[in-house]
Amino acid sequence: MNSVDCEPSCSGEPPAERATPPASSQPTRAQRRERAWLTERTAAWQRLAADVARLERGRRAPPEVVLGTVQRYPEVAGDLATARRTAASSAAARGLEGIYARLHASLFAPPSHLGHELGRLFRREVPAIVAELQGRILAMALGFFLAAAAGAWLVESYPALARLFASAEMIAGVERGELWTDDLLNILPSSVLSVQIFANNIAVTVAAFCLGTIYGLGTLYIVGLNGLMLGSLVAFTAQHGMHGRLLEFAAAHGFVELSVIFIAAAAGFSIGEAIARPAHRTRTEAFSRAVSRGGKLLLPCALLLVGAGLIEGYVSPDPRFPLWARLAIGIGYWAVMVWVLAGLPLGRRSGSGAAGERQR
Amino acid sequence: MAEQTTIQEVPGEESEPPAHLHVASATGVDLALRIAGLGGRSYAFVIDWHIRVAAAIAWLGIGSLLLFGDLLPRAGGGAALYGVLLPALAIYVLYHPVLEVAMRGQTPGKRLAGLRIVTLDGRVPTTGALVVRNLLRLVDSLPALYAVGLTSVAATRQAVRIGDIAAGTLLVYDDAHTRPAEAVPNAAAEQAQLAAELLRRWPRLTPAARRELGQRLLASTASADALADADDAELRARLEAVCSAADLPPR
Repeated sequence: MNSVDCEPSCSGEPPAERATPPASSQPTRAQRRERAWLTERTAAWQRLAADVARLERGRRAPPEVVLGTVQRYPEVAGDLATARRTAASSAAARGLEGIYARLHASLFAPPSHLGHELGRLFRREVPAIVAELQGRILAMALGFFLAAAAGAWLVESYPALARLFASAEMIAGVERGELWTDDLLNILPSSVLSVQIFANNIAVTVAAFCLGTIYGLGTLYIVGLNGLMLGSLVAFTAQHGMHGRLLEFAAAHGFVELSVIFIAAAAGFSIGEAIARPAHRTRTEAFSRAVSRGGKLLLPCALLLVGAGLIEGYVSPDPRFPLWARLAIGIGYWAVMVWVLAGLPLGRRSGSGAAGERQR
Repeated sequence: MAEQTTIQEVPGEESEPPAHLHVASATGVDLALRIAGLGGRSYAFVIDWHIRVAAAIAWLGIGSLLLFGDLLPRAGGGAALYGVLLPALAIYVLYHPVLEVAMRGQTPGKRLAGLRIVTLDGRVPTTGALVVRNLLRLVDSLPALYAVGLTSVAATRQAVRIGDIAAGTLLVYDDAHTRPAEAVPNAAAEQAQLAAELLRRWPRLTPAARRELGQRLLASTASADALADADDAELRARLEAVCSAADLPPR
């Protein structure tokens, strides 16, 4: 009940005479009825609140509690309707609103089983989303390699521009005939190197995805910049005859690392596309759907990047691995990636696209 | 029991906050969830931020003490990274997603602020929705100090940030902590206290003000016709009756 504000009406008049209390000094019939109803229902609400709390604890709730609570759902709805009618803004009605909302949330909660959810994600949803984004993944790869070609051309034509893409230390090293990847294992142990690398790559992937919300421009910027850097570094090392060593270094981890960035970028770009061209959906609906579907790719992408990081920390800087072994690891891991994204390890189900579609 | 998921978003009275999210239910009695605004959200965030920073710093301190204070055998080169920095970073970064999943759409901060995350049909969000909501914090925090998120909350009718729009979630007040069992006597007591307060001011009020305030306060206990016919003395008597029914002496 709202407070009664009387100040604007205060007049400072002399006290008025007290009237003789009429016969109705007792609660009215309606009041008595409401109080009786509240008293009668109080115990039931107390029990229900306790049962809802048990229900929220999930599997630990005994079956009789679950069934009893389900049966009392319409009952509490009736009580709430009465409370809203008789004392809409009272604490009793608010408390009942809360219990009703919690009961509703518990009864209609989607079934939750992490194992099943992950199984469905890898078996049905990921393959369907990858198939849907196939064209955009190729477009992102094309964009990346065009940017790489542009970077290579720039450094080839204007060698001084290498300073834009490589640090002074890297340039000095290459001019001395040393690649910055040569001493990696002398600086950091493989384990630390791997963690740093996959953490950085996951951050880039998440950024490429999330920045798609800026009409896809953030994603394009990240893809373009990375392509430009790679192309310019290859061209710069080529000027000193060391590009073979650089590509050899990247052979084991590069295939998957780049592919994952293309996938995340395609998912990010689809967010921007959904905002710009929502088709028959509202912009908000299209945005929500694109983020939700694209976001599902980030888990396999992150797992693949952990693997790529381990390869980059343990295999790539180790001179004991010859080129053929690096290529075998790189291509083999890439095949594993395709296998996982196609949903084959868990047995891909047909009609996955429709299933994913229905969820939104 | 079939569930209707038709969503009706209606603003609060006068189209001003607090707005409510109305969710149709199979029982015919809609859910009315009060949507949390900028204040409630910021309050919860500030509490959570302090908890996660404190927890991360605590881990940094404890981990450093264990590793470098000779309390544990000397570890290898990656010990500082694996044992101290990464766990502290994980506490800070994973605080929201992990706790929101574990606490069914709440965090300690949200619980203290009386808030919870729900889907647009009033349910507990799925793990996927909560993860997406937290991923998009990156966008909401741009360019600094959650500027995008705060602007989005202030500009949208459901007071949602970009992450919420993406995940199809929103923050509502969790009124379940108002226990009806305790609230029942309070409903009558609250009215009685207002009646006593009105009676205390009665002599200083104009007859018109007495009539207006008395009728408004007694509206839930008597019919409009009965109150319209009641004179000054009868209104006063009715107010005294409300006080005595709650064992509250009229002042």
